[in-house]
Amino acid sequence: MASKTSQKLKANKAAGLGSLIGYYPAGYPTLDDSVEAAVTMCQNGVDVLELGVPYSDPVMDGPVIQAATLVALENGFKLKQVFEAVKRITQQVDTPVLVMTYWNPVLSYGVEKFASDLAAAGGAGLITPDLIPDEAKEWLQASDEFELDRVFLAAPSSSSERVQTAVDLSRGFVYAVSTMGITGARKEVDQLAKQVVSSVRHASTEQNTAVGIGISTADQVLEVNQYADGAIVGSAFVRAYQDGGLEALKAKVQELSKPLRK
Amino acid sequence: MSNLRDQQGPYFGEYGGRFVPESLIAALDELEATYNVAKKDPSFQHELAELHRTYTGRPSIITEVKRFAEHAGDVRIFLKREDLNHTGSHKINNVLGQALLTKRMGKTRVIAETGAGQHGVASATAAALFGLECVVYMGEVDTERQALNVARMRLLGAEVIPVKTGSRTLKDAINEALRDWVANVDNTHYLLGTVAGPHPFPQMVRDFHSVIGIEARQQMLDEFGFLPTALAACVGGGSNAIGLFHAFLDDADVQLFGFEAAGAGMDTPMHAATLNYGRPGVLHGAKSYMLQDEDGQTMDSHSISAGLDYPGVGPEHAWLKDLGRAQYWGISDAEAMDALRLLSRTEGIIPAIETAHGLAGALKLGRHLPAGSNILVNNSGRGDKDMETAAKYFGILDGAKDGK
Repeated sequence: MASKTSQKLKANKAAGLGSLIGYYPAGYPTLDDSVEAAVTMCQNGVDVLELGVPYSDPVMDGPVIQAATLVALENGFKLKQVFEAVKRITQQVDTPVLVMTYWNPVLSYGVEKFASDLAAAGGAGLITPDLIPDEAKEWLQASDEFELDRVFLAAPSSSSERVQTAVDLSRGFVYAVSTMGITGARKEVDQLAKQVVSSVRHASTEQNTAVGIGISTADQVLEVNQYADGAIVGSAFVRAYQDGGLEALKAKVQELSKPLRK
Repeated sequence: MSNLRDQQGPYFGEYGGRFVPESLIAALDELEATYNVAKKDPSFQHELAELHRTYTGRPSIITEVKRFAEHAGDVRIFLKREDLNHTGSHKINNVLGQALLTKRMGKTRVIAETGAGQHGVASATAAALFGLECVVYMGEVDTERQALNVARMRLLGAEVIPVKTGSRTLKDAINEALRDWVANVDNTHYLLGTVAGPHPFPQMVRDFHSVIGIEARQQMLDEFGFLPTALAACVGGGSNAIGLFHAFLDDADVQLFGFEAAGAGMDTPMHAATLNYGRPGVLHGAKSYMLQDEDGQTMDSHSISAGLDYPGVGPEHAWLKDLGRAQYWGISDAEAMDALRLLSRTEGIIPAIETAHGLAGALKLGRHLPAGSNILVNNSGRGDKDMETAAKYFGILDGAKDGK
């Protein structure tokens, strides 16, 4: 089946552009604000949106995203609102919207029901930071049934066999973890990112791969797109919104996507 | 119901597994492979046994507590004295095993989470013994209520990092330790302190603690000539309970009872009774029972005992509960503190507040089981660290103001 996310990444690449994948947490600081922020990101240079589900125990996230998702939860974010957010965003823009979620909320909601409701809302699929393919049987079935993307991670520490599995089972792209660590801006994108991308390329010439964790500047976005199919930015966008609201977020998205549009 | 003892990870029934970021899988694979080799290596087993004999002080003794048992009806109560181990609790059993594995893997740094501080102290101790760098994550709330253990860890050379996120207790200390581990996995071993977490931790930590039950079972037979009617142990993550239970899993006549923290009471939302009130989910890398709301968000737990104040529980306990092999009851803060004082006054043994939940459980069991029953309690830790909490609770410190 055709993945809209994959089509977008491939089209950008064919046109000589790179792709910018932008993360924003649903419900931050309120549901309405997050929908507005996400739409703004999509209208100003984000090619694929990664909409985060606030979760009580985000072990892959650094302080910026932790703080934002905590605010969302304190402001009363409920899980079912993620479908409402996806629906409202996809009604306004045709950017693919992937939901980034830790596994327990999906498990609690019911894997098949989550997939069904996400598809009905117009969502493209899921990025699952704490679900490895080995534990994903139910999700593999549900994502096939509802034709959703499923983005698994490949890390610098992953064996070639594990990268192969992630490549074979992912749809949309493989999330290449740039560094051994949690989300948050870093001065330099680790050389390890190139290694991970190269293992993905070795495993498949067709599968897309986008690099995430630590990317926060336009130079890094450009650099990563020279060898990967996309750069994933999260904390830098959340911080921009924290510092200067919607206008600052818009400016940050434009700043980071501009080098890709020349 | 035979051969429950043979059950190995990664799954215990539908529970267990490895629900962690991909970045950690290589480290878990390495740990599992190293452990599997070590487990069958006589030199490893010999080294660990020698450490237990010459450093921990094993075997720990069994003490029959007759004056305490008078308050439990017509039963006899026996304590497995893990409180007499070096560092004052059962936690050292697992820590020494994992420290040896750390050396085998060539890693130079260990990190640990701690609630009551017992596992942190044990980890800091092993790090000192083996010359490893040690960082302990401890919820800020717990650093306050277990200040003595913070000082002990620092004196032993460990760095203690108060965790200020979330509920600022054990759950958040584990989150922070996992974040550290993801970033430093090349040179760092995560010395997880309970039978929770991703495979191979639940199985490996259980194996290291199973010495408790293996010794106790033989001691009961040798010294008293019978196996106990029932075992009693407190359950937070569940390490001391599984350590006691494991050798008895296939003794169908021995009943198993775990006692969870009921906090303010089982009829209130202020508890940590995961197996009683939780439902299956994924927390800290494993599928098990957990306290969660309808959205799958982890709920805050509550207990006077920092070591039991945890909204998750090890997957093997979840499995034993579903099988009906073990029962899990709740013990309130008040019941636990009463048992703590009772054991102190009747036997001259001051237990940890965690342990006191198991002791209170034994008092309950005494009223529940037939006359003449024999109850073996895991006296998992000593109460020195809890003196401030206990003194406040009972109002037994002379006030500075009245100058007594």
